[in-house]
Amino acid sequence: MTKSFAVSRSTDTVLDVRNATKRFGPVLALDNVSIQAHRGQVLALLGDNGAGKSTLIKCISGVHQIDSGMIQLDGKPTLMRSPGSAREAGIETVYQDLALFDNLTPAQNFYAGREISFPSWLPPGLRFMRRSEMESVTNDVLERLKVTLPGAGATVALMSGGQRQAVAVARASVFARKLVILDEPTAALGLRESRKVLDLIAQLRDEGNAVILITHNMEHVTELASLAVVLRQGRKVGELIPTKANQHDLISMIVGG
Amino acid sequence: MHAKTPTTPKTGIAVSQERGASSTAVRTSLKLLGAGPVVILVALIILLGFLSPYFFTGRNLGNILSQTAVIALVAMGQHIVILTRGIDLSVGSNLALASVVGALVFKSTDSTVLVVVAMIASGGLVGAINGLVYVYGRLPHPFIITLATLSIAKGTALELSDGRAIQGMPDFVRAIGGGSIHGVPGSLFVVAGVALLFAVMAKTMVWGRWLYAVGGKPEAALQMGIPVKRVLISAYVISGLCAGLGALLLAGRTDAGSPLFGNLLELDTIAAVIIGGASFLGGRGHIGHALVGAIMIGVIRNALNLLNVDIFFQLIVIGVVIVIAVEADVLRNHLEGRMRVLQAAGQT
Repeated sequence: MTKSFAVSRSTDTVLDVRNATKRFGPVLALDNVSIQAHRGQVLALLGDNGAGKSTLIKCISGVHQIDSGMIQLDGKPTLMRSPGSAREAGIETVYQDLALFDNLTPAQNFYAGREISFPSWLPPGLRFMRRSEMESVTNDVLERLKVTLPGAGATVALMSGGQRQAVAVARASVFARKLVILDEPTAALGLRESRKVLDLIAQLRDEGNAVILITHNMEHVTELASLAVVLRQGRKVGELIPTKANQHDLISMIVGG
Repeated sequence: MHAKTPTTPKTGIAVSQERGASSTAVRTSLKLLGAGPVVILVALIILLGFLSPYFFTGRNLGNILSQTAVIALVAMGQHIVILTRGIDLSVGSNLALASVVGALVFKSTDSTVLVVVAMIASGGLVGAINGLVYVYGRLPHPFIITLATLSIAKGTALELSDGRAIQGMPDFVRAIGGGSIHGVPGSLFVVAGVALLFAVMAKTMVWGRWLYAVGGKPEAALQMGIPVKRVLISAYVISGLCAGLGALLLAGRTDAGSPLFGNLLELDTIAAVIIGGASFLGGRGHIGHALVGAIMIGVIRNALNLLNVDIFFQLIVIGVVIVIAVEADVLRNHLEGRMRVLQAAGQT
């Protein structure tokens, strides 16, 4: 099995999770799960509630650590000790609660916890911020991703669910050098706002990012993903290229029919 | 997933049809709400000028400023704590203890430098205890620990002073607290200097941004790798240092240290921050809010004195003003929610 992986690993494989296993006490949350994410492609991660999707992405993004198995980034085994170390390694995760600060502007949100600052010999908290630089980068990114927001300098508190989601995804796109993970990015959005976020994900993909997308929406899977992986009770139960024709196969894999 | 964000398309569209272009109306209301405290303060001052011929005399204005200085200074520290969703109930007792410590140090050493250092350090120490126990004691809310240090600091101050005021402060301290330069009270320079320092730190330093992030959403701050514990501790230390500086001003003005100083100062400073327009929910407000609120309290007290209103009635008036200020904060949150709905349904 390991050999076949070695052969199939192409140069654009960004993330390679092999035989990941994770236990929480007596519960086997992940059982020998292997997935790969490729540059410029969206990998859909499917499964019912409690199937292990969240555990898997939390292991990849450093919130949890796998008990056994291996995570490789660009072919190098990498330990994700903390969310910080995963971010440093180039993995950005957009969680369902978005981790946005309502009282801050998009630019302040983009750089929260990693402000561009000087002088470097001071401890980070005591440094001075380069505010105009942070603002211009943010504005450029929002413009490039065609995100429309209420007036410049407005705080996130004034934004709709879709706009907030767009800010969170755009933030991830700035800092992700290797992989963006999106956890149900359209779950709370109406049709029109979902459309915007889907376009944004497509753009991230086209710009060369590897994307892992968790969703319950099969339409979104067939539209965006080049590969869908289905988890059930902590195990990988299926993997296929999603098309309109095999949506039912996907759903029956998810529910275990 | 976002209970706070009512963005189902159905309600969004319904609201947008109903209210048409009310997005600008909401925005204008929010701006008015933001300017509210300053407008009210200016109106109050103009009104008082008409009601009492004595109000605009230099002596009266000087009185207001020197009485407000201590509240303003300690309120700035309180503001930083409230920014992080916290509260510091210990500031009044902390100030009393610092003044007693300063008076005792002066009695035994006669050293100006030691007196000043002792008062500020005493304040900072109580603040550090607040912060450290809150964070590392894993307390659910700072209310409890600062209530405890309110009691401990007060008891220590009474114990050290035998319950009596201790006369005598160095000339330098008396000059800062009670003196004036060309009619401008010396304490005003201290308040202005600290205000400027805090404003610059909050705006330009990474630490300032982290204060707002921690107050805005503590969980997200942790996720983004902000050292939340250290930020919280720093807020309480700064509040304590401000109490120590406040002790310096009050002891200087009265030429004494007393365990009875700072009585109900925690309420005055919390009231100042809220009346000034900062949010009690954390993450919103700036140092100007604490200053405006403190001056407002000073002016209201002064006005009721000038107009011969019963001193007990002052407490009632301040209480009513607090309720109005908190309701304004609730209204602001409501308007922001409306704005989100309009955005979801609107042009974008």
